[in-house]
Amino acid sequence: MPELTTLWFWIVAVMVTLWSVLDGFDFGVGVLHRFVGRTDSERREVLAAIGPVWDGNEVWLLASGGAIFLAFPRLLAAAFSGFYLPVIFVVWALILRGVSIELRSHLPSPLWRSFFDTTFAIASAAVPVLVGAALGNVVRGVPLTADGFFELPLFATGDALGVLDGYTVLCGGLVLVTLTAHGANWLVWKTGGAVQQRTLAVRTPLWLAALTLWLVTGAATWRVAPDVFAAAGTAPMAWLGLALVVGGATTVLLKRHAERAPFFGGVAFIAGSLVTAVACLFPVVLRASGGPGLSLTVTNAASGAIALQSGLMWWGPGVLLAASYLAWVLRHFRGKVVAAQDGEGY
Amino acid sequence: MWNAIALVSASPVPTLSNPLVWHRLQFAFTIVYHYLFPQLTMGLALLIVVMKGLALRPGGEVYARAARFWVRIFGLNFGIGVVTGLPMEFQFGTNWARFSQLTGGVIGQTLALEGMFAFFLESSFLAMLVWGEKKLGPKKHFAAAVALFVGSWLSGVFITTTNAFMQHPVGYTRGPDGVLALADFWTYLLNPWALAQYAHNQMASLVTAAFVVTAVGAFWLLRGVHVEQARLNVKVGTIAGLFASLVVAFPTGDIQAKLVARHQPAALAAMEGRFESGPRAEIHLIGQPNVAERRLDNPIGVPAVLSFLAFGTFNADVKGLNDIPESEWPTSVELLYYAFHVMVGLGTLFIGLMALANVLRWRGWLERSRWLLWTLMLAFPFPYIANTAGWMTAELGRQPWLVYGLLRTADGASPTVHAGSTVFTLIGFAGLYFVLGLAFIFLVGREVLHGPDGHTANEVPHA
Repeated sequence: MPELTTLWFWIVAVMVTLWSVLDGFDFGVGVLHRFVGRTDSERREVLAAIGPVWDGNEVWLLASGGAIFLAFPRLLAAAFSGFYLPVIFVVWALILRGVSIELRSHLPSPLWRSFFDTTFAIASAAVPVLVGAALGNVVRGVPLTADGFFELPLFATGDALGVLDGYTVLCGGLVLVTLTAHGANWLVWKTGGAVQQRTLAVRTPLWLAALTLWLVTGAATWRVAPDVFAAAGTAPMAWLGLALVVGGATTVLLKRHAERAPFFGGVAFIAGSLVTAVACLFPVVLRASGGPGLSLTVTNAASGAIALQSGLMWWGPGVLLAASYLAWVLRHFRGKVVAAQDGEGY
Repeated sequence: MWNAIALVSASPVPTLSNPLVWHRLQFAFTIVYHYLFPQLTMGLALLIVVMKGLALRPGGEVYARAARFWVRIFGLNFGIGVVTGLPMEFQFGTNWARFSQLTGGVIGQTLALEGMFAFFLESSFLAMLVWGEKKLGPKKHFAAAVALFVGSWLSGVFITTTNAFMQHPVGYTRGPDGVLALADFWTYLLNPWALAQYAHNQMASLVTAAFVVTAVGAFWLLRGVHVEQARLNVKVGTIAGLFASLVVAFPTGDIQAKLVARHQPAALAAMEGRFESGPRAEIHLIGQPNVAERRLDNPIGVPAVLSFLAFGTFNADVKGLNDIPESEWPTSVELLYYAFHVMVGLGTLFIGLMALANVLRWRGWLERSRWLLWTLMLAFPFPYIANTAGWMTAELGRQPWLVYGLLRTADGASPTVHAGSTVFTLIGFAGLYFVLGLAFIFLVGREVLHGPDGHTANEVPHA
């Protein structure tokens, strides 16, 4: 049983990480969309760079949610109801992001397209900020009560913490800037011409900002959650995570003129950051600010053994199938993209 | 006197400040709206596979052209279906946290399975289906259509199985703290309720798709445009429509009704507005349930038919609500009664309309019968209404339970989310979905007006 819950903890961590690195570049591309694409044709080139993959990337979020529901239902119940408004805001932003991509090029009207371009950018920025803030709350701890739920105001007032306060907005800013830089890596890989040139011009500054924010957020975490910070010393997975962060950051900076290598550096950096964070939290899945006794852990939040075993039975084949679809899509999508004509693509 | 006592002893009337009312309203609104899209795309995916399959044969270009039009309509519907499906996944945790906490150990299986086996398949091949025909060639493009068909129908399997557990829980154990745990995966997955409900629901989805395809064909025929494509759509639509309308009633609807009769007697009694128990129960065609007086006003019924439909013999005893404690009555007998009657009434009319359309088409009289083309064109909203009423029957009939017999709806909502938050998000969803709906209707209407070859093809000569 302890092995099973630990295994599911890492399954969930891997799935959330996959969502972050895959859908992460979609969000970054969305933030950059209006700036690196100036003409309609350039914006269609930007959209073509994520068109065939964004929906599948988003499914990793839904699949992660499904895995949490299966394995740690008390975590899903406490986190989603405790973060009620921010979660619904994320849902709205995801809806607007999706329709912006899908509906934008259906009409030739410049006003119609401009409307969806801006909506796409705002929605793409909102998700990383809110998810980053939620992550900050999870690291710092939330006011869980004995029945396993919590309430948290949306904003901090006075000494009372909120979903959005200094520390968590800093976390949101880190995620936003990092994913924007990650999106820039993807655009440099998949586009050419003016879009690529404009993206190249902002990519290195974005990564420098992301690395600076990473260090600032790390220092702030040491202040608000010293025991989480200290756990890094005793968790081998955290060392692996930090090694990925260092390797990724180095690749991004040293290979800053290359087309593909920085993208994989960014993947390592993001995955490493998440692995470090969850390794420091383990075995806690939702940290209580009122003391460790109230925290949700892999043990007290987990489903029964039969549910965890049954899930394992089909999870492996499921992931292999998902990976094979992704490989199929990427094979048909290799090389630089070109802007689609009306009626023929995004 | 009796009624006064009944009123006082009933559970406290939920006021509009009770968050439960708003959680239910938000879920009802978002799920009804969402399901307007998958109910078309599931059925349409099957029809697109059929069209593209026929197009692979020599001389099948006419079918390829029809499929191309329907893929565009499919893409728009699928896009809205995907984004309006997101809140459904999240609301388990945001609005129904207690329910998730208690049942996630069981229903988490199918919700996770849906993501893994249905969503990845659909999302990976959607862009290939919508934009990839030139790039992929006919055979691979046909495969993309099959992928979307399989993915969307698998999604239906997992959602229906989840709902079936709420209707008729199997394969679980219940701990002393009320937490449900999975006892046997295959028992849970192969719930007999799920099999019946799935068959019934998928056929109902095919009814919607068939009526929509027929309506577009009838519209073009009435305008005298795109005649060859219009005929093809009417042919495919009316054949599929007759088949699906028949199977949705018998055997799938019949099996479903017998399950309700056996396992949810309170739901059956409320669906029929039946208060007195007894044999030779009549089925009511018309009537208004008067719950305060415990009778059906102005009833017109056929004796013994309900007994036969529910239990297979005309003498079977069918329980009335008077013999069921009020605490186990569905929370809205009235709405449940009408939801069921709207579904059954419309379903019966669909069989008649599609049978007539097929006979006239077979005799070659259909295109001269403009009144029938008008009827077929205007009929397309009604399968949407029937599908919605069908799901309302299932979900209102399940009340007052969230998981039948195990967990009451009142005990499943999020303990920390108050009405102020939920009213706010419901208003937000209503506004967002209104705008989405406008954009959707505009874009689909534009495609239908432009005809089978799409707007770009029509616009080229003017460019």
